[in-house]
Amino acid sequence: MHLYALPLVFALAGLALYTVLGGADFGAGFWQLVAGPGDEGDEIREHAHHAMAPVWEANHVWLIFVLTVVWTAYPTAFGSIASTLSIPLFVAGLGIVLRGGAYALRAGTASAREQRGVDTIFAVSSVLTPFALGTAIGGIASGRVHVGNPGGSLVSSWLNPTSIAVGLLATASAAYAAAVFLSGDAERHGNRRLAERFRRRALGAGVVAGAVACAGLAVIRFDAHRLFTHLVAGAGLPAVLVSLAAGVATLALVTRRRYELARYSAALAVAATIAGWALAQQPVFIDGLTIRAAAAGHDTQVAVVVAVLAGGVLLFPSLVLLLRLTLVGHLVYGSPETAVESRSLRPDVRGGYLAAALLVAGIGFLTVADVPWAHAVGVVALLGFVAAGFHASVAPASD
Amino acid sequence: MPGAAPPRARTLELEVILAAALAPAQQRYLLQARQMQALSFAVHIPLVCFGIALPAMLLYVEWLYLRSGDELYRTLARRWTRILVALFAAGVVTGTILSFEMGLLWPNFTGTFGGVFGLGFAVEGFSFFMEAIFIGIYVYGWSRLSPRWHFASGIPIAIAGFTGSLMVISVNAWMNHPSGFRLVDDKAVDVRPVHALFGNSYLWHELIHMYLAGYIVAGFVLAAPYAVCRLRGRFGRYERTALAVPLAAATLASVAQIFVGDWNGREVATTQPVKLAAFEGLGKTTKGAAVHILGWYSHGRVEWGIPIPRLLSLLAFHSTHATVQGLDAVGPADQPPVNVVRFAFQTMVGIGTLLAVLSIVALVVRVRHKRLPESAWFYRAIVAAAPLSVVALVAGWVVTEVGRQPWVVYHVMRTSQAVTGASGIPVGYAALAAVYLCLAAGVAWVLGRLARAPLEGPSAPQPAVGEHA
Repeated sequence: MHLYALPLVFALAGLALYTVLGGADFGAGFWQLVAGPGDEGDEIREHAHHAMAPVWEANHVWLIFVLTVVWTAYPTAFGSIASTLSIPLFVAGLGIVLRGGAYALRAGTASAREQRGVDTIFAVSSVLTPFALGTAIGGIASGRVHVGNPGGSLVSSWLNPTSIAVGLLATASAAYAAAVFLSGDAERHGNRRLAERFRRRALGAGVVAGAVACAGLAVIRFDAHRLFTHLVAGAGLPAVLVSLAAGVATLALVTRRRYELARYSAALAVAATIAGWALAQQPVFIDGLTIRAAAAGHDTQVAVVVAVLAGGVLLFPSLVLLLRLTLVGHLVYGSPETAVESRSLRPDVRGGYLAAALLVAGIGFLTVADVPWAHAVGVVALLGFVAAGFHASVAPASD
Repeated sequence: MPGAAPPRARTLELEVILAAALAPAQQRYLLQARQMQALSFAVHIPLVCFGIALPAMLLYVEWLYLRSGDELYRTLARRWTRILVALFAAGVVTGTILSFEMGLLWPNFTGTFGGVFGLGFAVEGFSFFMEAIFIGIYVYGWSRLSPRWHFASGIPIAIAGFTGSLMVISVNAWMNHPSGFRLVDDKAVDVRPVHALFGNSYLWHELIHMYLAGYIVAGFVLAAPYAVCRLRGRFGRYERTALAVPLAAATLASVAQIFVGDWNGREVATTQPVKLAAFEGLGKTTKGAAVHILGWYSHGRVEWGIPIPRLLSLLAFHSTHATVQGLDAVGPADQPPVNVVRFAFQTMVGIGTLLAVLSIVALVVRVRHKRLPESAWFYRAIVAAAPLSVVALVAGWVVTEVGRQPWVVYHVMRTSQAVTGASGIPVGYAALAAVYLCLAAGVAWVLGRLARAPLEGPSAPQPAVGEHA
């Protein structure tokens, strides 16, 4: 693999993770929307909300990761995509705001009526956002984005057969992934009845997602012929087959209530679909621009690769920790059980003198002196003043 | 070696790259695009302050709990955790909008310079990620992690809050003081992204200024509800503690900010003299220039202002005889809108001064009497300081962002060259404004609810009976 393609591989991996993790999150919103009335509906809504609450923010940062890597490593392509597909991207942005806003608001709802109102906003934007993002992908995949500002029609670039098909596929596979995840969650919480209801939803959504995918292939045969030939006969074929196999396997696993494995095979199906698209479309990034020509300079590519690898070393163990704590049910909102033994706090007298000394030093070095090294010393002293003074000035006031 | 292309192919490739540079577009609604971006920043930046300062204050209170075993501190920390969650959620989504807008509104800026500054945002994305992950663990781990591990899970949140703002400000500093690339036919070449972002002398004063502002804003805003409690006569040990912690952060940071702000002014004077001239409405290059308080800039001078002779030269260059460059150093087309910048600057400095005075009062009482001030006026002033500090924060960003106009990348790319060619900016602007209005109302409502909601725990305040009396 060439260096110039490596950041794109990272971005696509991020997109796959976003589609799986963020998608499950959107899908949970979808099930809230169609949960129906009454206590049964409320139970589904509650479960969908609580299963996603600890992880949704982390899930959504994947999108930011994809955007930043693409604009850093392939700026021209990003500029063209953003200006041409401004409408679906903006709609997705608003949808994300409304979803997050609804999450924040739900914490303050007191009555069932308030909660239902907030849940509706949440659910509608959960369906709208993946659909809009899917149409944007469809516009790129069908070669409707060219180099330019804007490089293509503002409307037909995302309102076209391929875009609609990808949008529907994104929504359907989100619902599918969410139902698989949520049935596993309900099973682990010992709620068999709820697990069964999500299992039925998972099976239904799986069939629908499969049908949409097949219909989508037929659509792109006419609408994006180059992509189609590479998908069914070229580089994309192995990925398509993997996706198909993983999709069928997931259905079989859900039927046999093997939710834990189904979780991974569902993720594999989604990731393989994205890989298939990328393999079928390469070396073209957007119409008239190859990945190689779109790549930023060598130093930038190296910097991005180093940053992503270094970040990944920190990030993945943390993410695994979060997901593991979530999956084993350790993260629930509740009261602490263990307490720390009692001791008395002593007032901090020396801190006050230290703070005063640091303030004087800070002013001297930063304001009176006029060379860079003195400024550095002065800034450190002033920050030290804030830190040292902080504990000294809190402790007695609180007694 | 398959990776090495023959020279001829390389030249061809370069031609393709040059042809691929995006061309500036005609945009009727440039001003609306700028306002839309400004609105998005103004909504996001106060939330960033909480991302910077709230985790540290929260950890401090939890640390007091670990040291003393006093349930009051844990109750306080758990209550603030709920605030942290609500504000972080709002910060995530408004931050997402900002990253969308970088491309949606300014595709030529990202398209041309993404390779130079984008790295900062990529690393910021990782910070954001760490923050989101550990907030998930911290918030939902109260009941399941041991007290020590729970405390430890909060430390990465505080670190990530700092590194995130470091990255974003490194990009802003680069826009104000660009380096690390050459421009050939509207295309950035010889790009050295690490040098551009972190080898930039302009980064440090901006970063420290914003970091302290984070503590000032979060401190005063968090202290305000407890000051209200004091004014309503409900001021037990819980409220006193809850007031003392953010107040300590805000007052100390406000005092330090005077000197850091002054340092910022001197850096701007040397690096962006036209911007400094806009701060002060200095039309002509002047030896021994004066500072004008209030007034209005028109026809190259400040009218109706109160002049303080030679002060500008003294502040900017530490000499009453120093020459300060005026706006006339560049043509009218290269000048920022002076009155907007100057009004914002005076607002920031004026409020900053008031906050510093209030802080000095609090610190003097603290040192001499070892307690909080007793006058009701002090607590009324804290309630007023909360919104004022947010106004000063936003005004400060107006100063640096509008002060950089008409450039998006100082002296390299104009804002009008960066803007999108897509239509529909007014529609997007209206939609975003409507959504943000609803979001602001919703967040205010939910914070009010959270402040009143009872929280199980021995030292939690009961829902105030007769609060309205």
